[in-house]
Amino acid sequence: MNDLEPVEGEDVKVHGPLWDEPPYIEVTGLRKSFGSQKIHNGIDLKVNRGEILVLIGGSGEGKSVLLKQMIGLITPDEGVVQIDGVDIANLPERKLSETRSKVGILFQDGALFDSMTVAENVAFPLRQGGLKDRKEMADRVKDALTVVGLGEHLAKMPINLSGGMRKRVALARAIVGKPDAVLYDEPQSGLDPVVSGNIDRLIVNLRDRYGITSMVVTHDMKSVFRIADRVAFLKGGQIYFRGTPEELKNTGDSVIDDFLEGSGSDEF
Amino acid sequence: MTDFIRYPGRLVLRLLEYLGGLGMLGREVVISIFAGKRFPRLLGEQLVSIGYGSQAVIIVTGAFTGAVFAAQSFFQFQKYGVESTVGALVSVAMARELGPVLTGLMVAGRVGASMAAEIGTMKVTEQIDALRSMAVHPVDYLVVPRLAAMMISMPLLIAESITFGILASYVMAVHAFRIEPTWFLTHLRAHTDFSDIFIGMTKGFFFGVIITLISCWQGLNARNGAVGVGQGTTSAVVESSLLILIVNFFLTMLLNQFYPLGV
Repeated sequence: MNDLEPVEGEDVKVHGPLWDEPPYIEVTGLRKSFGSQKIHNGIDLKVNRGEILVLIGGSGEGKSVLLKQMIGLITPDEGVVQIDGVDIANLPERKLSETRSKVGILFQDGALFDSMTVAENVAFPLRQGGLKDRKEMADRVKDALTVVGLGEHLAKMPINLSGGMRKRVALARAIVGKPDAVLYDEPQSGLDPVVSGNIDRLIVNLRDRYGITSMVVTHDMKSVFRIADRVAFLKGGQIYFRGTPEELKNTGDSVIDDFLEGSGSDEF
Repeated sequence: MTDFIRYPGRLVLRLLEYLGGLGMLGREVVISIFAGKRFPRLLGEQLVSIGYGSQAVIIVTGAFTGAVFAAQSFFQFQKYGVESTVGALVSVAMARELGPVLTGLMVAGRVGASMAAEIGTMKVTEQIDALRSMAVHPVDYLVVPRLAAMMISMPLLIAESITFGILASYVMAVHAFRIEPTWFLTHLRAHTDFSDIFIGMTKGFFFGVIITLISCWQGLNARNGAVGVGQGTTSAVVESSLLILIVNFFLTMLLNQFYPLGV
């Protein structure tokens, strides 16, 4: 049986957020600018073990930049980024390998390797992780692709897939190594509502079954209320709000309400 | 007035930044060679792509350069009755200068452009970030296999170019201009030795390093989508070609100290 897939009628919820343990990801006093453009102006954020934290905010607020700083792809100007207790903010590239192998990331446009087939793309993190057993590798690749509904597309090249399919392959690649945490950059964008719902169920299932910590950047408000244990709202380079989805709905804050309802400024 | 000072100042700063970037990449390559992850399969793929894939270009370049050089030499030497020395002139020129430089320029166009475009596309589509996120250093995976393949392929491609240049000059001299083969070969052997071939292959080694470092650097620093990849590719070819010509001059002067011509 494919152990990544949710089973109908079976209670797989053996894990959940561990609020009392030290957070898996902790960002403190994070500042980042690109030239004269200030992106982050002192961000403090914690993602607890086994938690699904959803990060929302307007376009251009630096959500993806924050995600990339959390895995050391972008170096912050100031601040601390701790993953599982290790400060990675100022670690040289070659010392980040160990931490990175514990965290998967789904990029906004998939970032699949053009020169590899779907199966080779998904097998890549397993191969780099040192897995040699070909049968085990093939089984795990097939399982991960089946979970995202692409078990029959192993030999295809990324160029022959639709945008949504590419994103699902990238998702399979992010989870195939069963990492401690997965960072998702807009996992639902470009997907139809059914597939989008499946992706949400998969994120929740990974937490319930394996205790995988997730941080999800999204603009899909339905998804926020479907999957989030907590929500953080990024605005003006800082975390403007953090709390549960229920608290988000009931803040009474006009900025948040406008964002949730898609109303407010007419300016582009 | 201030613009008059600012403009050259900016150019100097940009040049220093560029050289610093190349230097940092070179440093990372050295670290990778001693402490990085190895990808032998990628080295094999690059050897096929660079070495085998460049065959047609190198053979045509070498052969036609040798042939035309033989023809031009014959036209001039005939006036003085020394046309039988065409073989010697062509072989030395092909081995020391024309073979390495023309091969370097052709490989910069074919392979350098491809490296810059491929790596640049990977950069702007976040594939390099994806590599890094999976604990694979881009220099280990993208640069070092290409560099090693170039270091191996370039000297061999140059030797091949020299061989085809000399063969074509032989065909021209003996069959088109009716030079006695014995004279052609006697002069060729008298004036060409292993050091000439060694100089050509040594130059090829350095040209391979130049093409790879510049092309990979342009690719790794590509930005602004397709336009940026195009600009990076153009810069890779132009800068590699110019640097090959400049470095060739200094290598000629240096290597002539060790293997002087005409002594």
